[in-house]
Amino acid sequence: MKNNYDLVIIGGGPAGLAAALSAYDNGAKDILIIERENRTGGILNQCIHNGFGLTRFKESLSGPEYAARFKTEVNKRGIEILTETTVLGFNKDKIVTATSPVYGIFTVQAKAIILAMGCRERSRGALNIPGSRPAGIYSAGTAQKYVNVKGYMPGKEVVILGSGDIGLIMARRMTLEGAKVHAVCEIMPYSSGLKRNIVQCLDDFGIPLYLNHTITEIRGEGRVTGVTISQVDEFKRPIPNTEKSFNCDTVLFSVGLIPENELAKSAGVPLSARTRGAIVYQNRETLTSGVFACGNALQVHDLVDFVSDEAELAGRSAAEYIIKGATIHDAFDCENGANINYVLPQKIDKNASENVKLFFRVSNTFRNCTIKAVCGDKVIATKKRLIATPGEMETLIIPTEKLKEINGTLTLSLEVNE
Amino acid sequence: MFDIAVIGGGVIGGTILRELTKYQLNVCVLESCDDVSMGQSKANSGIVHAGYDAKPNSLKAKFNVLGNKMMSAYASELGVKYKNNGSLVLAFSEEDLTVLEELKTRGETNGVERLSIIDRAELNRLEPNVSDNAVGALYAPTGGIICPYELTIASIGNAMDNGAKLYCNFEVASAKKLENGYEIISTDGNKVSAKIVINCAGINSGKVASIFGDDTLNIKGRKGEYILLDRESGDFVSHTLFCTPSKAGKGILVTQTVDGNILLGPTATEVENPAPVTTAQGLAFVVDKVKSMCKNPPLFNSITSFAGVRAYSDKGDFIIEKSAIAENLINVAGIESPGLTSAPAIAKFVAEEIVAKMTSLVKNEKFNGKRTPDYFFKNLSIEEKNELIKKDSTYGKIICRCEGITEGEIIRAVRENPKAMTIDAVKRRTRAGMGRCQGGFCQPHVAEIIAREHNIAYEKVQKGGKNSTLLVGKVK
Repeated sequence: MKNNYDLVIIGGGPAGLAAALSAYDNGAKDILIIERENRTGGILNQCIHNGFGLTRFKESLSGPEYAARFKTEVNKRGIEILTETTVLGFNKDKIVTATSPVYGIFTVQAKAIILAMGCRERSRGALNIPGSRPAGIYSAGTAQKYVNVKGYMPGKEVVILGSGDIGLIMARRMTLEGAKVHAVCEIMPYSSGLKRNIVQCLDDFGIPLYLNHTITEIRGEGRVTGVTISQVDEFKRPIPNTEKSFNCDTVLFSVGLIPENELAKSAGVPLSARTRGAIVYQNRETLTSGVFACGNALQVHDLVDFVSDEAELAGRSAAEYIIKGATIHDAFDCENGANINYVLPQKIDKNASENVKLFFRVSNTFRNCTIKAVCGDKVIATKKRLIATPGEMETLIIPTEKLKEINGTLTLSLEVNE
Repeated sequence: MFDIAVIGGGVIGGTILRELTKYQLNVCVLESCDDVSMGQSKANSGIVHAGYDAKPNSLKAKFNVLGNKMMSAYASELGVKYKNNGSLVLAFSEEDLTVLEELKTRGETNGVERLSIIDRAELNRLEPNVSDNAVGALYAPTGGIICPYELTIASIGNAMDNGAKLYCNFEVASAKKLENGYEIISTDGNKVSAKIVINCAGINSGKVASIFGDDTLNIKGRKGEYILLDRESGDFVSHTLFCTPSKAGKGILVTQTVDGNILLGPTATEVENPAPVTTAQGLAFVVDKVKSMCKNPPLFNSITSFAGVRAYSDKGDFIIEKSAIAENLINVAGIESPGLTSAPAIAKFVAEEIVAKMTSLVKNEKFNGKRTPDYFFKNLSIEEKNELIKKDSTYGKIICRCEGITEGEIIRAVRENPKAMTIDAVKRRTRAGMGRCQGGFCQPHVAEIIAREHNIAYEKVQKGGKNSTLLVGKVK
């Protein structure tokens, strides 16, 4: 290990690996990847189901297989990786402080930094679900780690709260391992997971999905013994007399992912309250010059294929920064309007040399609708959708030639067609 | 045969046990759960009260004010975090202000120093996030905060370092009177004999006293529900904010914790069943009250909610006395708020004023009251940390990313007195799993360390509490 690198990448998951390859192939070859676990690959290592890579490789891979393709390429290029090493912080001068059993607490000087820390799961505590606090309550990802990495079953009789993709995948996984999944409850009127996962993980196994339902009590002293679920009204308040009781020993939570940005925050990188990731330009540079962000640390993606795409963009931009020097941004803002939860990037350079792809999520399920990017009275781009749901990330392309027409804030909104 | 057996490993039992190790006595503590600090010492507000609440001349008033004065030095000797953040009792009406004047007078009678009534402007300066409806406050600069289980664990750990014995999973089932004491038998049939028994069994102290033949204690439970906010919101308030007390009690408080979180609660409901469960109504009550006390409380940053059951006696005051009925039994019961504050003073009193009259106390010259805190690593300089990592590389590896806890710290908690045997026990000592992801990432790693260190199978590791295994077996 040296004490300075052109590029330090925080996180060796799918985002970090793809960013490293892209930066390298675009000319920035002096790279250090810092990974806190004992191997790279991130959360893919515990995702042994298939369906990864359909977009990128046109084949269905397991998580570890998908990761392996990137690991192989990283190794071929001899990119340096430190595992079991946790970044403790970095500053605006791009001095990164980290700790490892081998090197202790050390610093490295970087020219550019890519934030690729991934995300974490929201826990039961964030929802204040009443009841006791026995063993048997896990986030879906923790249960996945126990089953797929450690080889142990966290329980046999399961109720799942939240229909996020990991929850759906775990409903199937636990069933295949002999557990009985009694119910998946979703407080919203729609699932936040992918349609294909609802079909392949619940429907195919006869696992009931209760929309507009939440858990209103968890019971048990040592170990979970049961839960009560209730239907909720339009304000997500439990409706009396709709209670259903299940005997179970396990409750899994799959109630949302939150980009992990404690490092970015303490380094003073401005974050978006909507995405909880950094505010970025279209090239994935944050408002802190030379610090880039990508993957689930930036915005929570549906598919790892899209994480890889975004990471490649960040890697390429970081290489450009290292080789050509800092970009002077002259940008307009991009904001979410009606029926849109968030839009990314939040800032777009007027002179961007490529088409800009906007990533966004809609705020509800809409049928037969039009998505519009508007600046003042000018419509910059539109797209019609037969159906748009919050569970699937949407995109809209703004062609480069249109960028010149934008002389104020670009607002993205969704209208339902008459 | 032990000279003294303390029943109950809470903060009262723990501080008494430690006090007794200052003398040449053979002492032990019998704890019904799988770890110490599992009753009300696990889940309370963690306030070092100034002492204006208690009725003058009550035991509560006496020990509160004494304990408050002792706490800083007591905590510092044990390496327990303590913060003298000051308390504010908020008034929302002219009537409230009258009550505050009464509280101030009462506090002064009790010997509380530097109490003052502050106006809206001063309140705003001290706590800008207090509701605009607050008209003033009673300011008690001697109020403070401490972590109740940290204090309990440190007290018992230090007592053990000084020779005391801890018996966990020892639920007292019966007692046999011996010529010079008692043989105490657990529900599992384990036996411990002691000349003197000190009953600090919290919610179970009435039951325990009657096992020894004393039916005079009438102990009931009052449940309190809490919500804990992420450290990210830790600067929302700096003082402990109370409402003006009413007939319904002290009401909800909003406080920083010594670990930098924000704690909201508690409710106060009389309960028959001491199970510490939260309810939708209880948590909603906390939320409503907090919203009436503060502007825009960051409730979105909730990381957990929990409940604790506090024991109180029908006497309305602490019971700290030699049993009039059962020989060689001392009851320390009904220790509700301000019990945590009072603990060091109660412990001293029990040793010097009660035990001293029952047996001769000879000073233990070897007693060392200092304990290296479980969080010592955080306080080291980078150079010191690197020195340690060179000797023990586990201190270089972060296990709990939210709280920044290293493997070395977890191993230490698993090995040091009182040894952490469960996930929750590690959490209470090190804070691994105490952060915003609530153990989602670190729990499988912590379980591995516990299994390895205690040489038990991975699937046998418990979360904490009876029959609380994390896993049910291997996959197919």
